[in-house]
Amino acid sequence: MMLNRRRQTAGRVPDIAARIAAVAAALYASVGHAEWALNFQKPVTTIGHVQYDLHMLILWVCCVIFVVVFGVMFYSLFAHRKSKGSTPAKFSHSTKAEVIWTIIPIVILVTMAIPSTQALIRMEDTTASDMTLKVTGYQWKWRYEYLDHDVDFYSTLSTPRAQIEGTEPKGENYLLEVDNHVVLPVGKKVRILLTAADVIHAWWVPALGTKKDAIPGYVNEIWVYIEEPGTYRGQCAELCGKDHGYMPIVVDAVSEEEFDAWVAGQKSG
Amino acid sequence: MTATTADHHDDHHPTGIKRWLFSTNHKDIGTLYLWFSFVMFIVGGLMALVIRSELFMPGLQVVDPHFFNQMTTVHALVMLFGAAMPVFVGLANWQLPLMIGAPDMALPRLNNWSFWLLPPAATLLLISLFMPGGAPAAGWTIYPPLSVQGGMGVDFGILALHMMGISSIMGSINIIATVMNMRAPGMTLLKMPMFVWTWLITGFLLVTAIPVLAGAITMLLTDRHFGTHFFDPAGGGDPVMFQHIFWFFGHPEVYILILPAFGVVSQIIPTFARKPLFGYTSMVFATATIAFLSYIVWAHHMFTVGMPLTGELYFMYATMLIAIPTGVKIFNWVATMWRGSMTYETPMLYAIGMVFLFTIGGFSGLMLAVVPADFQYHDTYFVVAHFHYVIFGGTILGALGAVYFWLPKWTGHMYNETLGKWHFWLTVIGMNLTFFPQHFLGLAGMPRRIPDYALQFTEFNMMSTVGAFLLGFSQILFLTNVLRTIKGGEKASDRVWEGSEGLEWTLPSPPPYHTFVTPPQVK
Ligand code: HEM
Ligand SMILES: [Cu+2]
Repeated sequence: MMLNRRRQTAGRVPDIAARIAAVAAALYASVGHAEWALNFQKPVTTIGHVQYDLHMLILWVCCVIFVVVFGVMFYSLFAHRKSKGSTPAKFSHSTKAEVIWTIIPIVILVTMAIPSTQALIRMEDTTASDMTLKVTGYQWKWRYEYLDHDVDFYSTLSTPRAQIEGTEPKGENYLLEVDNHVVLPVGKKVRILLTAADVIHAWWVPALGTKKDAIPGYVNEIWVYIEEPGTYRGQCAELCGKDHGYMPIVVDAVSEEEFDAWVAGQKSG
Repeated sequence: MTATTADHHDDHHPTGIKRWLFSTNHKDIGTLYLWFSFVMFIVGGLMALVIRSELFMPGLQVVDPHFFNQMTTVHALVMLFGAAMPVFVGLANWQLPLMIGAPDMALPRLNNWSFWLLPPAATLLLISLFMPGGAPAAGWTIYPPLSVQGGMGVDFGILALHMMGISSIMGSINIIATVMNMRAPGMTLLKMPMFVWTWLITGFLLVTAIPVLAGAITMLLTDRHFGTHFFDPAGGGDPVMFQHIFWFFGHPEVYILILPAFGVVSQIIPTFARKPLFGYTSMVFATATIAFLSYIVWAHHMFTVGMPLTGELYFMYATMLIAIPTGVKIFNWVATMWRGSMTYETPMLYAIGMVFLFTIGGFSGLMLAVVPADFQYHDTYFVVAHFHYVIFGGTILGALGAVYFWLPKWTGHMYNETLGKWHFWLTVIGMNLTFFPQHFLGLAGMPRRIPDYALQFTEFNMMSTVGAFLLGFSQILFLTNVLRTIKGGEKASDRVWEGSEGLEWTLPSPPPYHTFVTPPQVK
């Protein structure tokens, strides 16, 4: 579509071209990004990378086993047909085969368990953090308290009702936009405490590589070390009632200076 | 002598509605169970189509979010407790006595009662949709505190679950009693057909797991109405405790759903490969191992609740372990096919489809077991894809295969093979179109149980909805085929299939109302 648009604007009738582009852009926004996203969003935290690698590892392991097992099965389905004159063999067990196909999975599982264990130990280690953010889930909004900076605010969905009901075209970040963004510094270990005031919610930003439940009466802990500045979007991931689909999370990861400036702005504001 | 008198007396069984209401005959009750579960399958399926219609594109078009939540919740409860569990109790009722050479189930009156609890239970569950506040809407997992917030529909749901639970417990007591006591002389435990074995083990899972659910929902009920605070932190209770209790039932439950389907496939594949089941003994032990392990992995559904590291590690290892006996079963099925002499009648297609699709679900299960990655997968469409591959691909395809496999025996007529194959292919294509894209949606970040979604998820949701309608409407072929087979069709022989093995195939098709009044001898 981009190509198309560029070629047209370069042409002789820029006016029409601009109009086509505008229609195309509107269609594009309302029909959706034809992203066909197949995999995880790009991870931007240290643990996010570890998690991504682990996910790809096990995915490939599964693919290989899939090809081997079903390669054999489909070969058999093809070759051992009655219509091809196959006569049934008589065997009904083989201790050797059975031992082999018990041992091999054990070996595979152990080799997967080792990196998983290492990753998990890392993910659960919230010590030595640089700052703490406390997140509280409400029906249906989030509250953010910066415990070291004395900043405290609520964050709610900012997508207009009209977009949800379809009387207005949907914006680019439909359902993934909020009034007050969470601002976090890059290059810092941020400990995030999670709790809830009414029912169970779950705080999840895919690119940050972590998800944990926010449970009334509990304080759960996660940590993130964001490596790249940017805006990362997520959603509540535990069914929390009617508007469960409408309490997104938006994190702005910024440099330390920008973060300090933002904190100062919050206090004076 | 006594046997003939008994025959004579019982042949005057009631007819019309009374036959079905008062029946203590395992075949009649089996038929009732099967029709009941089919009706529930359609009801639950229609709810799924409501869900998929809403999710066809972003925005709210069809329903409001609260009704959407009721649909996801009631769809799951109807499908699990109304369709997937009863269909196998129906198959057990029809088949177990025929397969072990027993005249009937051990406890025929209990059998009648366990069936007739189901229609009122389903009615309670469904009328909750019309209560003030609507039906239960906290998901089939009914986690408090959310489930404490609901209206009286939740109480209807709890009562319905209790009744269905009692029905399952009675049904499984009956199955255990039948298998333990009523086998024909000579049929030792290790000569039992695999379907009987898997049901025996499932029976034990049911009698032990369902009471745990009953405890959890009773506590929920008293929290809702009688001022207890089992799950309310404000009163010293603990919402996470509910999840532990629920999944202590819930994980065995998922194996309750799949083990009988394993049994069915283990009957069908040898029949059409014309070769005995490979590794019978290891199949029995693998099934028992899976059942045992299913009790000690429950918290893998709760990796994100904030368990201690050691707890997470333990549940990760234990869950990974389940892959081993599950793998053994899959390898054994493939080895049964290996160097067989295969033909592909509809039941065999279903069995192969089941092995293939269930295994895809097994792979995603393995991925979910890896805790650091599960932090990403949990509560997304990836989990939805996982459990639909194992439950639709495994349980439902297994049940459909079983019906095609034994229908000629039950009715005395052959079903229409062409129609059966069409049904198979459309079902399999529909199911993959519906559920495969959901893997991608989950990985890309779409949470489950949301009525509306961000724009980047549009394409795969559209595919999924198209698939769901295809899947739903294909079931008309199944109904047509079954009805036509009941009415008439080519006469089925006693053995029905060339490769048939087992006692049920020694009986006429259809079998007389009372069978094995004098027990057969098993060598
Ligand atoms: C290889 C064997 C399997 C493994 C390792 C496995 C693993 C898992 C894990 C770890 C989860 C939790 C995912 C999450 O919520 O983050 C899960 C969910 C689920 N599994 Fe499996 N699974 C296996 C087989 C099965 C079978 C055979 C069934 C049923 C027939 C089943 C049904 C389910 C269901 C219904 C859920 C979702 C429950 C819910 O949250 O609503 N699984 N599985
Ligand atoms: Cu489980």
